[in-house]
Amino acid sequence: MTTRTAFEKARADGRAALVGYLPAGFPDVAGGIDALRAMVDAGCDVIEIGLPYSDPVMDGPTIQAAAQQALEGGVRTRDVLRTVEAVAATGTPTVVMTYWNPVERYGVERFAADLASAGGAGLITPDLTPDFAPEWIAAADRHDLDKVFLVAPSSTDERIAMTTAACRGFVYATAVMGVTGARTTTSDLAEPLVARTRAATDLPIGVGLGVSTGDQAAELARYADGVIVGSAFVRCLLDHPGDRAAGLRALGALVEDLAAGVRRA
Amino acid sequence: MSTRPENTTSYDADAHGWFGGPEAGWGGRFMPEALIAALDELDEAWREAMADPAFVGEFDTILREYAGLPSPLFLAERLSEQVGCRVLLKREDLNHTGAHKIRNVLGQALLTRRMGKTRVIAETGAGQHGVASATAAAYFGLDCTVYMGAVDTRRQALNVARMHLLGAKVVPVESGSATLKDAINEALRDWVASVDHTAYLFGTAAGPHPFPSLVRDFTRGIGDEARAQCLERFSRLPDAVAACVGGGSNAIGMFTAFLDDADVALYGFEPGGEGVDTPRHAATIHAGQRGVLHGARTYVLQDEDGQTVESHSISAGLDYPGVGPQHAHLAATGRAAYLPVTDDEAMQALAMLARTEGIIAAIESAHAVAGGLRVAERLAAEKGPEATVLINLSGRGDKDMGTVVDYFGLGDPDRVTAEPVGDPS
Repeated sequence: MTTRTAFEKARADGRAALVGYLPAGFPDVAGGIDALRAMVDAGCDVIEIGLPYSDPVMDGPTIQAAAQQALEGGVRTRDVLRTVEAVAATGTPTVVMTYWNPVERYGVERFAADLASAGGAGLITPDLTPDFAPEWIAAADRHDLDKVFLVAPSSTDERIAMTTAACRGFVYATAVMGVTGARTTTSDLAEPLVARTRAATDLPIGVGLGVSTGDQAAELARYADGVIVGSAFVRCLLDHPGDRAAGLRALGALVEDLAAGVRRA
Repeated sequence: MSTRPENTTSYDADAHGWFGGPEAGWGGRFMPEALIAALDELDEAWREAMADPAFVGEFDTILREYAGLPSPLFLAERLSEQVGCRVLLKREDLNHTGAHKIRNVLGQALLTRRMGKTRVIAETGAGQHGVASATAAAYFGLDCTVYMGAVDTRRQALNVARMHLLGAKVVPVESGSATLKDAINEALRDWVASVDHTAYLFGTAAGPHPFPSLVRDFTRGIGDEARAQCLERFSRLPDAVAACVGGGSNAIGMFTAFLDDADVALYGFEPGGEGVDTPRHAATIHAGQRGVLHGARTYVLQDEDGQTVESHSISAGLDYPGVGPQHAHLAATGRAAYLPVTDDEAMQALAMLARTEGIIAAIESAHAVAGGLRVAERLAAEKGPEATVLINLSGRGDKDMGTVVDYFGLGDPDRVTAEPVGDPS
């Protein structure tokens, strides 16, 4: 399975794809699986499952709080793979977003094999760029896994070319210089970055960091192939700590709003 | 005090930051793409600066006239008598702001000015790097924000006050374990969002390339000076060199001059906390596993899932679950030995140094003293009184007096005796 299929299907429908993120094990492993399935049901085209990590340098306070809660709840790497298996079984392409050390500790080849066995589509690696990723690239290629590397507004054209050449599935464009977290306005850095990236590759380009409303999604969908949302979904669950049903309702409603947004670009 | 790049050693990193080459794989750059351009810019600026005699000359002048360098090499005669051979102390505790850290930050701040940036950020554990950064920022007229774990702001309140007085903003970090590693995470987050006008004054010889090499270059004056001072005064090199290792900046600053002197044994003493057979320590090389933390592959205290494990040391400055990647390379190749020193051993050495030589060391440095004296006793037995051990006294103990008072039960105003508390020997 590759995420590219979902992007191409969305493109055939004349719209952008909606990519939804939650960390595994949040609020607990079973609750996380329920939430991710609810996101599939409400209209996410690709699911991104975070592997909670103790030192998430790219995450803002919302995602870090959720990941911390998952770690305190005892989530393990094997639980992340179990979550992938449950979500991928819905037929929705499912990728893992992970900082590098947990993969290295698990064993790069072993992780690739187990992720592929679980039905996972690949990895997004926020602290691993292709020039330091030969082992992962080789393992991913052996198991037909997506390699989603990031491009940033600060990336040179040379680095965008190098990065996109190493990507499989889609390219993750970080729309702002900063960490994850919902923002009231989208970045004016996103569109030029997408244009520069599009000049380097035919792969779909997903734009992430900061989107929390259907209107913002619609704005991004004018020029991006995918809209990536994380913190806003996490917030839905954080805001309803004692009431899972209410959290899931809020999550579903937000997915629907964003799914409508990517369709009215 | 030379910092020129031709003084490289056979243990240097390659152009990608790999110590021991990509096969060995220590170091490198495991960082968000958003920061790669800034790291490339820093790498280029640093290489150009170190090859520019004007920059190196200005750095040397500032170190001499502002920071009080070179620091003396002190023959500790009473300690020498006790262990039976020559014990030399490199007196970095006498530097401006009280530690070796001033070398690093003055170098990085000078580089920041050369790059045209107007703001610096830093992380700090014990507060010494924060104080040094705030000092350098004041000296160069730069804005300064210091990230510090909330646990550390409480145990190092005096240093927080110093930073405020020097005009820095101190941000207590509550996330994670609220110690040094979390302060680094928070500083990196700031940097991602502010990289166009902000330089990150990294506090130790760790992190993504080029920081491990850059910090080493700015601190290597410790060893360059000590090597020359030792030759001049005793017409010989030391048999052994000892330094404490948390992140490892003072140790790499001391070791670098001796790396190609095969007859000089190098010892890094890690914080053994309550014992390396307990979970309460920060002996990263001794007890950690190969992994990636804060942008470099090195030894990391981690669980079987690769989650960083909380470290412990009585010294906030050594309380870090990673270590600079060049130390990992030196350990893996056997060029340097890394051994743990417990909290208790360090505190006893601190008390002994105070009473024997009248020097109150930082608790970090007391680890080096404890381990160095252990080595000295062994060398004295093997080689006799001419054996020479050089210990880096990387900082002074003012900042740690709160911990010292608690540990030894000092500070009671009604106490009438000035007798030592406990047995310092």
